[in-house]
Amino acid sequence: MIRGALFLLAALVLPGLPLHAQAAPDPAPAPAPPAEQIVAGLSREDVEITTSFDGSEIIIYGAIKRETAIPPDEALDVIVTLEGPAQALTVRHKERRAGIWINTSQVSIGAAPSFYVVATTRPLYLILTPAQDQSHRISIPLAMRAFAGPMEVEDAVPYTEALIRLRQANGFYRQDEGAVRLAEQTLFRADVRLPANLVEGVYSTRIFLLRQGRIIDTFRAPIDVRKVGLERWLYRLALEQPFIYGIMSLAIAVAAGWGASAAFRLIRRP
Amino acid sequence: MQIYLPIAEVAVNALVLIGLGGIVGLMSGLFGVGGGFLITPLLFFIGIPPAIAVATGANQVVASSVSGVLAHVKRKTVDFRMGWVLLAGGLVGSSAGVLLFNLLSRLGQVDLVVQLCYVVFLGLIGAMMLQESLGALRRARRSGPVKPMRRHQHGWVHRWPWKMKFRASGLYISAIPVLLVGAAVGVLGAIMGVGGGFIMVPAMIYLLGMPTKVVIGTSLFQITFLSAYTTLMHAVSSNTVDVMLAVLLIVGGVTGAQIGTHLGARLRAEQLRILLALLVLAVCGKLALDLFLRPDELYSITPGVLR
Repeated sequence: MIRGALFLLAALVLPGLPLHAQAAPDPAPAPAPPAEQIVAGLSREDVEITTSFDGSEIIIYGAIKRETAIPPDEALDVIVTLEGPAQALTVRHKERRAGIWINTSQVSIGAAPSFYVVATTRPLYLILTPAQDQSHRISIPLAMRAFAGPMEVEDAVPYTEALIRLRQANGFYRQDEGAVRLAEQTLFRADVRLPANLVEGVYSTRIFLLRQGRIIDTFRAPIDVRKVGLERWLYRLALEQPFIYGIMSLAIAVAAGWGASAAFRLIRRP
Repeated sequence: MQIYLPIAEVAVNALVLIGLGGIVGLMSGLFGVGGGFLITPLLFFIGIPPAIAVATGANQVVASSVSGVLAHVKRKTVDFRMGWVLLAGGLVGSSAGVLLFNLLSRLGQVDLVVQLCYVVFLGLIGAMMLQESLGALRRARRSGPVKPMRRHQHGWVHRWPWKMKFRASGLYISAIPVLLVGAAVGVLGAIMGVGGGFIMVPAMIYLLGMPTKVVIGTSLFQITFLSAYTTLMHAVSSNTVDVMLAVLLIVGGVTGAQIGTHLGARLRAEQLRILLALLVLAVCGKLALDLFLRPDELYSITPGVLR
């Protein structure tokens, strides 16, 4: 979705961008949309990172509760997002100087999610208006929060585009259009695969219910991702008792080196 | 077999790490280099964050060097006196190198300086060693193996004051060049994130005139202590040592180091030096290409924000 960042630019410059027919503004004084609400659940509320952790699957499912009948001829859509803890990072750009390629400029980004998935029932541009996207920060380019420090470059867009491109190539950012299955305009389900390279922290799930490009209900739930057992013990020791941790690492190294030496002497001496 | 690393926060294949450690351990035992100049770039390549790769690489070097140095002690090919003097210089150099490294990162472009350092040093040393050892091999072939080996050349470094007797090396030279070699290796090691064996081994042979047999054991001896110091500094100052990663690398590394040491005892010194020279030149060539060729991706992401 390289076009995503361009979309961001367009959204910033042209707030009144004409939309696709499906998401066009309401025709005149339409009746108030019926009260529809999301009732949702997650297949798990926490993810435990063990030594053999190899990614995890989270099923986000639910139903739409309504008092009235299903309104006819109005598209109903669901968007599910899953966002990892934000990190500060720097995007650098290489240029050729005196024959060699060196980093010449950079943009610092104050907060970019370490992981971000947008799953939808249909292509995002068909079901979400840019204005709604702006206010809820749903699409990938808008999930990036703030630029940090003084800006050294005139145009930061290529940098954010590159960040999204690199993260999408690694599978950390995903836009899964059509990944949310909606049955009978009532039951929905999205399967989100979490990669093995997860960062610890609180992940947030959001579910948006849309009618005609407008968000009519929102649901949020946290998922706690944390290290357990040996992983947790080592992590805490490294942060809280770094000297002891360092000595321990060295002791293991020396013992392993000596052990191998002794073992080979035994093997070599028949 | 995927395994999650607690500090690096990435999941990697355990067998790949063991194999990687094994290759680097083999180098360590064979040539007396710590292998840092190989392990650090290889860890980058499999997706370990650079800071963690550098610090954990140092920890792995400790293990493979201990393993190697014990084998050399058994064969009485370690000059302890020389080792301690080199280490004294090394600790001073390493501390200065860390300060210099911090200064460079504040100025920006630390990556470029590191890469240029690699290309320049590896290129010079590799070319020098290759030329010298090919020459030695040709001479040995022409005049037959009975020709007596010259112990060492008396160069300008041998006329300095503060002379010390290094019995195991059969040298009576000034301590100043030894300290300087140790310090220079310490500085470069800290900047380049390596043990520095690949610089020290040629310096010991060509600058100090030590016999090749003693050079490898003594270099490993110094590297063991110097990289232990570096590991501890990294663990305390930046929490970047991943012990889980280190253990996997070590399992492969210690085995490789033992095999390398025994293999090294069977190969001839000239052949060993040609192999090391070719290896050094190959790494240099790869790094130079990275600098000169247009990269596929001009943008890169690094965690953290510049201040």
